[in-house]
Amino acid sequence: MRSAQAYSRTRYWRHNILLIVGLLCLWCLVTFVPAYYALDLSQYLIFGWPFSFWMAAFGAPLFFLSIVGFYAWWMGSCDQRARRASQAGD
Amino acid sequence: MSQEPLSQRSLNAQLFRGYAAYTLGFCLLVLLLALFEIMGLARQWIGYAFLLVTVALYAGIGIMCRTSDPVEYYVAGRRVPAVFNGMATAADWMSVASFIGVAGTLYLTGYNGLAYILGWTGGYVLVALFLAPYLRKFGRYTIPDFLGARFGGNWPRLLGVLCAVLCSFTYLVAQIYGVGIITTRMTGISFELGIFIALGGVLVCSFLGGMRAVTWTQVGQYIILLIAYLVPVVWLAVKQTGEPLPQVAASSVLQQVSEREHELTHDQSELAVRALWQARAEMMQTRVSGLPETYETEQQKLRLQLLRARANDAPMGEVRNLERELAAYPKSVEDARMAWSKARDDYAVRATAPQPHAAPFASRTFELTDAVRNNFLAIVLCLMMGTAGLPHILMRSFTTPSVDAARKSVFWSLFFILLLYLTAPALAILVKFEIYTDLVGSRFADLPAWVHAWSAVDRSLLNIVDLNRDGIVQLAEIHMGADVVVLAGPEIGGLPYVVSGLVAAGALAAALSTADGLLLTLSSALSHDTLFRVLSPKMGPGRRVLLSKILLLIVAFAAAWAATRTPADILFLVGAAFSFAASTFFPVLVLGIFWKGANKWGACCGMLTGLSVTVVYMIQAQPWLRHWILGIPTSEPVTLWWDIQPIAAGVFGAPAAFGAIILVSLLTRRINPVTDALVDDLRLPD
Repeated sequence: MRSAQAYSRTRYWRHNILLIVGLLCLWCLVTFVPAYYALDLSQYLIFGWPFSFWMAAFGAPLFFLSIVGFYAWWMGSCDQRARRASQAGD
Repeated sequence: MSQEPLSQRSLNAQLFRGYAAYTLGFCLLVLLLALFEIMGLARQWIGYAFLLVTVALYAGIGIMCRTSDPVEYYVAGRRVPAVFNGMATAADWMSVASFIGVAGTLYLTGYNGLAYILGWTGGYVLVALFLAPYLRKFGRYTIPDFLGARFGGNWPRLLGVLCAVLCSFTYLVAQIYGVGIITTRMTGISFELGIFIALGGVLVCSFLGGMRAVTWTQVGQYIILLIAYLVPVVWLAVKQTGEPLPQVAASSVLQQVSEREHELTHDQSELAVRALWQARAEMMQTRVSGLPETYETEQQKLRLQLLRARANDAPMGEVRNLERELAAYPKSVEDARMAWSKARDDYAVRATAPQPHAAPFASRTFELTDAVRNNFLAIVLCLMMGTAGLPHILMRSFTTPSVDAARKSVFWSLFFILLLYLTAPALAILVKFEIYTDLVGSRFADLPAWVHAWSAVDRSLLNIVDLNRDGIVQLAEIHMGADVVVLAGPEIGGLPYVVSGLVAAGALAAALSTADGLLLTLSSALSHDTLFRVLSPKMGPGRRVLLSKILLLIVAFAAAWAATRTPADILFLVGAAFSFAASTFFPVLVLGIFWKGANKWGACCGMLTGLSVTVVYMIQAQPWLRHWILGIPTSEPVTLWWDIQPIAAGVFGAPAAFGAIILVSLLTRRINPVTDALVDDLRLPD
């Protein structure tokens, strides 16, 4: 029983780490790639704004918000599942 | 949400009702003052009304929430719902620099200023993924508490206290200085009096009720600062385009601004003014290269000019100007070299054409595009890590009821911060449009009243000279400081004065809320972590809180005293706080949570290494700091690593700290079952 619990714990943590790494890559992608290539991307328009300007001013911050929101929601439901599992185990 | 206890839900509903009434009351106050303005109330009284009513409101909330219970005092009883904790964090976070500085920097530097928006919002991703849930799970009172428990022993804790004091105190001085400036401009009272009135407002809150009072006041302050920021922007947007959404309005205005920029770049009289600035820059260059002989000759020339002006009965203003110039004449050859080199660089910048607002990495100071880009990326990264390391923000994750609420609270914080940050780029463009179309090309004889009012406050804020004496304002003749964009924005756009008062009240709310959070961080680091944990662990809870309150008073007065000494460079102070946080707390907290191998000596060496690298880089790359500490004149060129400005020194400090923690931990490896269990516990589902 204990080893099963320990197993589910490491699985929870590994799952969490994978999620963090994935979201961190996304964070890197939306922050640094458009900023690094800003000069080349400036010629494209989006909603009437030059793409690089729009991305840094509005796009990336909204992406950040969705990353944080997704992580909070996902881990919240993971926690709930874990809580239910441990209650069932007791 | 369905599993929340009933009391939590009724508390939520009660809070929503309370703050809705508060918001409504504040709106009524603004409308009432608008009515009084129409009836002819003097502007100064509108300023007084905003200052007194808002400070009284904050004090009232503070008195209602007074407490002497440690859990209430340090972490607001750990029952602040996620939405409200998010709002309080947003107010805690948004300082005077955010409220006034961001839009101003965007106005002055266009795309390059977006580094601040990217950095200050992206940092919350790091907070949410790496820190907030685990700190809440750990669940004590302060960040040094965590370091002490995770790494064991007093050294990590005391180093944490040192870093917390370093970050928060520099930041606090900047806030109090900002408060002094705002109250002075809002009401015309003296700077020192302004600081002490504001200090009263801050203290009533944090002194009586600690984190509990500060949290509920910050929610109130957030509401005021949001209203104060959005009202003028929306008003301007509707006035200019008929479109209420500022971002949509700004996208159409941006095209007009770009066309106007193009026109002004090639305009004949603009070119003439720029040539005059260029001539001045060259004149300064000949003076600098003629030193030390020119030091005497220029002084002689000035004296002669003054004598001649007096003899010819020249106008009073001219004589005054010459007298002032002579009084401010550099005291030595070295001083002259520094002053004249600076003047030369300033004139050279003013001789350049306006940069296209949305063009990335454009620069007026003759830097290469690659250099500007490197610097942009470095600032973004440094601000992100700094955001994730500032103790007064991280402390807010202790006040939520659960780990899940801590994660959601980060989401709400970012949401409430974005409400403001997403309008800042729009505000900058709308104000730029007003300046480019209304002010440029108007006659000097009928300059609007705000120009006179703001140039009278401080010449570095706003300064318009008729350089080519044609009686018409050219863009190259206008010098605007960053602060003017937000503070004078309503007047620039021709909105009623009550909106200006509202903006000043919002700026005050931003400064006070941040100052409150910082004061608490400082006093709890000193009392809880130093006096209680290290010096006398047997102290009772009542005495702990009392001691914390006394320390809070001392810290507040020390910061006010430092602020009246007028620190050299406010923006640099704020930037330095972020670099310190990025190079000390961020590495040590992340590795402490995610790597079991990190140990006490690794943590200590890491914090010290990060701090020293950052400080050393700042000293050698920041001219005035180098002058102050090493005595090297500011006119000597600085050596930058990869063109990165000292404001982003944390990008060197943070990797050094990460490296030092890993290296030293591996060399002194010791398995400690207690910390192992602690880290295991942090990683469990809640």
